[in-house]
Amino acid sequence: MVKKIIMKSYLGLILLFMYLPIVVLIVFSFNKSKSRGNWSGFTLKWYRELFTNSQIMDSLYNTLMLALISSIVAVLIGTFAAIGIHNMKKFKKSVVMNLTYLPVLNPDIVTGVSLMIMFVFIGSLIGLKLGFLTMLLAHITFNIPYVILSVLPKLKQMNKHMYEAALDLGATSMYALRKVILPEIMPGIISGFLMAFTLSIDDFVISYFTSGSGVANLSITIYSMARTGVKPTINALSTLMFVSVLLLLILINIRSSREEKKKRQYDA
Amino acid sequence: MNRKWVSYPYLIWMIIFIVIPSFLILFYAFTARDGQGIRFTLDNFYKFCEPIYISVLLKSLGLALFSTFVCLVVGYPVAMILASKQFSKSATLSMLFIIPMWMNFLLRTYSWLTLLEKNGIINSILSFFNLPKIDILYTDAAVVLGMVYNFLPFMILPIYTVLMKIDGKLVEAAQDLGGNSMTVFRRITLPLSIPGVMSGITMVFMPAVTTFVISKLLGGGQYTLIGNFIERQFIQLSDWNFGSAISMIMMIFILISIWIMSKFDEDKGGGAALW
Repeated sequence: MVKKIIMKSYLGLILLFMYLPIVVLIVFSFNKSKSRGNWSGFTLKWYRELFTNSQIMDSLYNTLMLALISSIVAVLIGTFAAIGIHNMKKFKKSVVMNLTYLPVLNPDIVTGVSLMIMFVFIGSLIGLKLGFLTMLLAHITFNIPYVILSVLPKLKQMNKHMYEAALDLGATSMYALRKVILPEIMPGIISGFLMAFTLSIDDFVISYFTSGSGVANLSITIYSMARTGVKPTINALSTLMFVSVLLLLILINIRSSREEKKKRQYDA
Repeated sequence: MNRKWVSYPYLIWMIIFIVIPSFLILFYAFTARDGQGIRFTLDNFYKFCEPIYISVLLKSLGLALFSTFVCLVVGYPVAMILASKQFSKSATLSMLFIIPMWMNFLLRTYSWLTLLEKNGIINSILSFFNLPKIDILYTDAAVVLGMVYNFLPFMILPIYTVLMKIDGKLVEAAQDLGGNSMTVFRRITLPLSIPGVMSGITMVFMPAVTTFVISKLLGGGQYTLIGNFIERQFIQLSDWNFGSAISMIMMIFILISIWIMSKFDEDKGGGAALW
């Protein structure tokens, strides 16, 4: 009993440490005063101002567009890449896999500066400037490996004779891919997509080096604000984003627990 | 199944966006631009051997190591509690350690400024109870706190995953054979959790040693870690050659440490052997 109390209070302490800054952030999004640290009354004006602030709205738009496009492209390239890699001979496979691990293992800052060098280097030859496009290319680049790494295990688990059986039964290879392979690896594709999407939304370092001036995602905007003081409008926006993700998670949880209950009833 | 070609778009992509940039870093690190054009040189690496730069490198490694150690000491018990019989049934509890990561990490780190300031929230609470104030903002302690705060989940989650996989019968058998809880931990749980510990250490140490955001926000403007150094070479000073040399040194450090760590971790399949 005493052990359980100690365990619970330790967990509580660590969770307090994890959530304290978040609570502070959310509370101060309702603060009347602009300066952080001084509570001077409740207000919703930052939430109203949020939608008229073009800097924040632009960077939110950039962030969401980057995340959406880069994760879709990464899923397309990555899924096919995984199927190809799965069928490679041992040596070639290990070379390609090591290449795939490189952006995952490389420090963000090194990936960022190396891409920046390349964009500036090649950009000077073909007239490409740092901006949204270079940022998008960078995001796709660091997203692809995560898609591959979540699809590959599913391919390994798959019974490889199923595809051959489909071909024997007269399916074209395209049809077999669509009807046999894709449904089997779908969970891997979805988790790869979600991972890519989250990484892209949260990325600062690589975006910072590949964006140039003028274009910004949310992280870059926050970073540039941090020098002069982050406005409560940003707190308001993050609160909204945080709460919506939380609600989504709770919804999914409720649904899956309901389905489980149904399943159990069937089984009984 | 002879459809290797489906991976060719990926291979072309990786050659353009991973291989070529890596070679450009190498190229810039070993060259210098002067009046006559570009020439091969080792000057960038000699420059790095000056005491100021070495001390920055040592400081970064030291702070990152210390933060990793703190994360391990604080995080291991958390993982153990989460994986213990009393709590392992509730999936929500382990979710609680992932949820904070959904809030922008810059903002979460920035929020510590509000908490740590001289007249900030923590000090107000402390002075309310007549306790001495703490004044750690813009010091090493604040930077370590920021690192631990940001990277603690990366330590907890891999250890938790490994602990959950341990066969409970092994622990029971050890208890039946007369091992007390200390012995069971030392001889059964700890050795079996080493792969998780190793990947936790890698996942904390790597971002900690190269960060430039945490040090800039919580360490103040003049605070310099190796990450700040690289950033300054590229963004403010435009000394790409020196910046590339430091990046290369950083990359080598990281790859060596990952290679050492991967020796302990047999769980990785496929081509991860080299790293």
